[in-house]
Amino acid sequence: MSYLQLATSLIFILIPLVLARTLRLGLEKDIIIATIRSIVQLLIIGYILTFVFENGSPIFMLLMILLMIGAATLNVIRKGDGIPGIQWIILFTLIAVEALTMGILLGLQIIPFEAQQVIPISGMVIGNCMILSLLFLNKFKDEVERSDEVIELILSLGGDAKTAIDTSLKGAIRTSMIPTIEAQKTMGLVQLPGMMSGLIIGGADPMEAVLYQLLILFLILTTAAMASVLVGFLSYRRLFNEKAQFIGLTYKKKDT
Amino acid sequence: MSILTFHEVSYQHILHEITGEFREGVITTLVGPSGAGKSTTLKHINGLISPDRGEICFRGEPLEQMDLLEVRKRIGMAFQSAPMIPGTVYDNINLPKSIFGESLPREEAKRLLQQVDLSVELERTVKDLSGGERSRLGIARTLVNRPDVLLLDEITASLDYRMVQEIEKLILDLQQELQTTIIWITHDLEQAKRVSDDVWFLKDGRLIESGAFKELASSDQAETQAFLKGESI
Repeated sequence: MSYLQLATSLIFILIPLVLARTLRLGLEKDIIIATIRSIVQLLIIGYILTFVFENGSPIFMLLMILLMIGAATLNVIRKGDGIPGIQWIILFTLIAVEALTMGILLGLQIIPFEAQQVIPISGMVIGNCMILSLLFLNKFKDEVERSDEVIELILSLGGDAKTAIDTSLKGAIRTSMIPTIEAQKTMGLVQLPGMMSGLIIGGADPMEAVLYQLLILFLILTTAAMASVLVGFLSYRRLFNEKAQFIGLTYKKKDT
Repeated sequence: MSILTFHEVSYQHILHEITGEFREGVITTLVGPSGAGKSTTLKHINGLISPDRGEICFRGEPLEQMDLLEVRKRIGMAFQSAPMIPGTVYDNINLPKSIFGESLPREEAKRLLQQVDLSVELERTVKDLSGGERSRLGIARTLVNRPDVLLLDEITASLDYRMVQEIEKLILDLQQELQTTIIWITHDLEQAKRVSDDVWFLKDGRLIESGAFKELASSDQAETQAFLKGESI
């Protein structure tokens, strides 16, 4: 695809802009910002990837992955507001999931140690981990705020912190994993997954595209489970003190 | 003989150097205006909160030196809203056992329901219970561990007058039968008068006065008199 063809495709941005303007949705500014950001970010990443792929150095590959982990962490920590130390929990989770999945993929030689393979797959793993962490934290905080009386009730009966928060924790883990599982059930029936479509458009053999896509689906299921379980089990402890007393979500006071 | 003692207990900006004691086997009510620190005082007793300064002793032993999870089994607490876990009446009365992987025999569950005058099926879902029934179930649940002390946090606050009278009678009967020490928060002075052996009068996080209700009534403290007369203090 040429830059001219890409410029022509901007017509697809005009349609939502016209609709937003006509219906007075107040989304025009956001649509323009989103479009500009996606163009700039993807072009920059395109140049960086070209450099990393041509250079072939593992150091650049590692830097690229660290950059993705850093960006994903920054994106998630705002959602974890109220849980002390959430930034370290998210960072640890992303590193652990990436290390484990890449360890298995490379260790068992499922994919070769090449930037063209490692970076895109890492991007999908880290991106999915980020989304699952966001989903989990959203639900978990909601559950904790809704169930604070039951949590204190169980503590008052002599239950420990884990027992007191068990229902909220598992409920949030389950809720955050369901979309991933449901999406996999209809995969290929309702839509062709993005990566597979990309490979087919790029001229790859459809069966080869399917095999890669299946690999990604399995990875996504693993990252979904690991991200929500790790973030959950590491963060619930921060809501209690060492005497099994419920502190709850502690929001920092904003300076006025 | 006192079962619980507070010695210069302070907590954040809520409680200020509270010193006092609770007699064993009697009903003590905590009274005072909103924001007096009544609920915070109650949560200190079963270790849901620990003081920043000062000491609370249970049967002479400082709470801080005891296993708080064990203390909580011996000091039961019934909450104002009678929180329930989703499920049946049995799931809820069994909660003090199920959190330790045990189960309460169904006969024992029925006996406890009878003790609090609650005639509902064990399999009934709790969301179908009325406010009064939930309150009774909440009390029955605290009795499962046979606590030495029963803490009641405004358990009749949201009930109608007839139900309030029934719950009061139930608590008085239970206290007579089990000789349990009861510490009861109420915002209703008339209720305090009806049920109390002793009273703690709290205001702005300080224990203004404590003793038998009659002693309070004849107190020469201006704040106590104003509160007893229902004046805003």
